[in-house]
Amino acid sequence: MTLALDAFSLVAILLGLVFFAAGTAGLLRFPDASSRLHALTKADHLGLGLIVLGLLPRAEAVGGPARLIAVWLLVLVSSAAAGPLLARLARRQ
Amino acid sequence: MIADALIAAAILAVALATVAARGGFTAVALFIAYGLLLAFAWVRLGAMDVALTEAAIGAGLSGALLLGAASRVARHPVTTDRPPGRAMTAAIALGCGGVAVALAAAMLLLPDPAPTLAPSVAANLGTTGLGNPVAAVLMSFRGLDTLLESAVLVVAVIAAWSLAPEGGWGGVPGPAQPVVGDGPLALLARLLPPLGILVAVHVLWIGKDAPGGKFQAAAILAAMWMLAWMAGRASPPSVRSRSLRIAVAAGPTLFITVGLLGWLTQGAFLAYPPGLALPIIMVVEVALTASIAAALALLVLGPPERRA
Repeated sequence: MTLALDAFSLVAILLGLVFFAAGTAGLLRFPDASSRLHALTKADHLGLGLIVLGLLPRAEAVGGPARLIAVWLLVLVSSAAAGPLLARLARRQ
Repeated sequence: MIADALIAAAILAVALATVAARGGFTAVALFIAYGLLLAFAWVRLGAMDVALTEAAIGAGLSGALLLGAASRVARHPVTTDRPPGRAMTAAIALGCGGVAVALAAAMLLLPDPAPTLAPSVAANLGTTGLGNPVAAVLMSFRGLDTLLESAVLVVAVIAAWSLAPEGGWGGVPGPAQPVVGDGPLALLARLLPPLGILVAVHVLWIGKDAPGGKFQAAAILAAMWMLAWMAGRASPPSVRSRSLRIAVAAGPTLFITVGLLGWLTQGAFLAYPPGLALPIIMVVEVALTASIAAALALLVLGPPERRA
């Protein structure tokens, strides 16, 4: 059981890291602000979500998983709001 | 080990990039990244309290202040009379190099094991009623340092206000913000403040037994106020407002009063009566949080520049 959980954590966190690497590559390589923001926010949402998913079985029982999910939701809200704000600013300039 | 080496290398690289950056805005963006990396380093060293403060104050709040300064400087470019000559450049390089060498020497010449007061703090932790040794040092054993740290913020607000332009005195601090009806900013300004206030109260309260405390909580509270302000939903009061002035000064004033009472009743400034240390410390912490939050937000807002 622990082995299966460890394998689950490993796969989820590695997948999350792949999304972060892809998002960073997109940020560096994409030509304009909108596509860069698109790469960045997608990577943040999915990559962080997968890492949080992988860490859930390892979190301490009292409030640990809830805090991890709260961190993910807060990052979701803030980058979902910051992305469009930056995109509007970039379009105006 | 590899992670530590990577973090150390990244800190050095970002620090160099910050110094070498041409534009003010780029330098500030890199400085914020530098602060966040530094917070990582503190986590790796097991200093959670320092990491939280570095992330909240060092990267977050200082970053916001520097961004404001960078945009003001960009609007009114400073023209230097003449670029520094070769002798001046050499003197600056020599001075900076000297400071770096002296710091490195001081670090390398520390005796091994380094002198520490940690055992005496651990032995006397019980007298404060606190579970977090960092909070005990900040509020009891070295309470005077914390008192001065919070009092200097009041002086900083007075200094920022004294930069009011002609005709600005008595007005409202900071530029006017139009009300944002809908869109992402309006959503954030409605959604985040209740959550942020809850998190700040949590961070303040667990500070007595775990990493957290007033400065981190105050930075979160100030950020929530700034968010509502940016969306045009919370206009700051005029600098003439008595309640605003009381809010800024109340925490340090209460701390000084507690210190003087300790001097009168216990014979030492900031000495707490036995058994009452924890309640007194928590009351002072709550009052300081409110004052620090108001002061930090007012520093971000800047001098009063428009009529109320």
